[in-house]
Amino acid sequence: MKARNGKVALRAAAAVIAMSLTAGTASAADLVISNWDGYMAKDIAESFKAATGLEIEVVNHATNEEIMGKLMASGGKGYDIVFVSSPFAEVLNAQGLVEPLDKSAIPNLANLYPEAAALAYDPGNAFSVPYTWGTTGLCYRSDKVSGTPDSWMSLLQPADDIKGKTTMLATDRWLMGAGLLAKGYSVNEADPAKINEARDLLIEAKKTLLAYDDTTFYSKLVSGEASLVHAWDGWCNYGISENKDIKFVVPKEGSDLWVDTMVVLKGSENKDNAMKFINFILDAKNHAWAAENILYKVPNKAAMESLPAALGEQYPNMKMPPAELAKYELLRDLGPAQKDYSRAVSEIKAAN
Amino acid sequence: MSFNATRPNLLAAPGVAWLMAFMVVPCLLVLSYAFFQRGVWGGIDYTFTLENFARVADPLYARIFLNSARIALTTTVIAILIAYPAAYAISRAPRLRQPILLFFAVLPFWSNYLIRTYAWIVLLNREGLVNNLIRSLGYTGEPLSLLYTEGAVITGLVYNYLPFVILAIYSTLSRLNPELMEASRDLGAGPVRTFWRVTLPLTLPGVAAGGVFVFVLSIGNFVTPALLGGGRFQMVGNLVYDQFLTANDWPFGAALGMALIATMIVLLFAQARATAHASGEGRGEAA
Repeated sequence: MKARNGKVALRAAAAVIAMSLTAGTASAADLVISNWDGYMAKDIAESFKAATGLEIEVVNHATNEEIMGKLMASGGKGYDIVFVSSPFAEVLNAQGLVEPLDKSAIPNLANLYPEAAALAYDPGNAFSVPYTWGTTGLCYRSDKVSGTPDSWMSLLQPADDIKGKTTMLATDRWLMGAGLLAKGYSVNEADPAKINEARDLLIEAKKTLLAYDDTTFYSKLVSGEASLVHAWDGWCNYGISENKDIKFVVPKEGSDLWVDTMVVLKGSENKDNAMKFINFILDAKNHAWAAENILYKVPNKAAMESLPAALGEQYPNMKMPPAELAKYELLRDLGPAQKDYSRAVSEIKAAN
Repeated sequence: MSFNATRPNLLAAPGVAWLMAFMVVPCLLVLSYAFFQRGVWGGIDYTFTLENFARVADPLYARIFLNSARIALTTTVIAILIAYPAAYAISRAPRLRQPILLFFAVLPFWSNYLIRTYAWIVLLNREGLVNNLIRSLGYTGEPLSLLYTEGAVITGLVYNYLPFVILAIYSTLSRLNPELMEASRDLGAGPVRTFWRVTLPLTLPGVAAGGVFVFVLSIGNFVTPALLGGGRFQMVGNLVYDQFLTANDWPFGAALGMALIATMIVLLFAQARATAHASGEGRGEAA
């Protein structure tokens, strides 16, 4: 869900500094793009200029919430394209801040898998283009965990020998997601009684946890501090790249399907150029960069088929077929139920 | 005459303007959100409400407040117990050497707070330096779980704020008139009694200043509990952080922030009053 480098606190510090410095983003560039740090090729500006003659300026945001705060404050002015996770793209659309895509200007949309053009928050890619997608599951040391931990309960009620050696994601949606999926509920469940059931399960699970960790869980597996962690598939790959005994599994109860997207803002004065940029990213070679370098699956058929076979051998979850991904439930904006999730998470974090 | 009266104000103007523009006004803006509702999409719905304050008083959040206060108080007590002897030793060192010793005491401040906190992770984790050390000394059991405990959080807080307390206590110790101690000895008090009856009471304002400082900084800290507590210990600072950065509930975050700032102001005010009171008394006695 986020680019690899940076730790949570550094991001927080960066967010504070960024907020204090970006009163206005005046720029001479033909396009201003906000993305997570490291989420695009470093030479994207040069290669895009070579292809189109257009200058781009890339601004980094540390979190979805940070760029959302800026866009809400400015009414969507100051940026042409932003990269956000799908629930946030949904919010931007609901607020009327995004521009419908001009499909005639983006012929490379044909490279997307059919599943990627039928995502529930934006069927037919009316206002957003998926950039990366994946699942959330269990990442573990196969040399330290006996058998395959194929259920969320392997994490929530771990075997005695891995007690105190598990971590969970701390961000509301994924923390609650683990509990909700274990109970057989939707990752977007809005019924307070079911949310409370998941909460109680997660409070029990807390007693067996080493830590909550959104940023360094894979290094904990590598160092041996942890044996089984709650992880995004792409991030588990960072662990696999350092230790071949590390494996990823989607529990049998399922996963969420997370999608990071690109949207063009209604306030943009360079919409034509923005469409060109999206078309440029969707080019098989450019989109494959993300898969090869960030080790996230990209929803681009041509790009995925161009990947070297060795990549799929080394990181088996890169080979997960789109049909399987599409089985999992998309995270949606929760609306009023967000309060219940926040409260449940506070209760879990405050429990002893 | 009017020149004399306005000059101090003029001199203070840049500082005051800076504080107003970059501290007071933004704080008031954020705090004003506390009176509105969270919009369905995470923005702010400008409908007046007091609901956010009612939520702050909810037993769940009140418990987080109290727990943070307990952690901050433990940190404060430990910091004072470590800092007082250190400050005392520095103030008793030869005059010329004191600046060097103080320099070493504040040396950690020259490096980044996050880096210092990460250093503790390197030290305390299960495969870390401390565990490796005891293993090399012949310990064969399971590695000790030092990190991600309340003890680790308190250790990190004490470590980071200790220099403040040393400086605060040192400043009162170094200004202490040595003749008072001499007088105490001349009147027959031993060193222990002199310390308890003369030195300590006269340096309490420094202890209070350092203590309140550590307490106030600790109770609102969110980085140390997140990194050294592994997110397993929720402090008020983390709660505020979560409201702004993950739950996207700015009004509730603002209300929590307001409660936190109010706590800090009350404490700082009480400390200032106590110090003024103590120094007023001191002057009275001297006269």
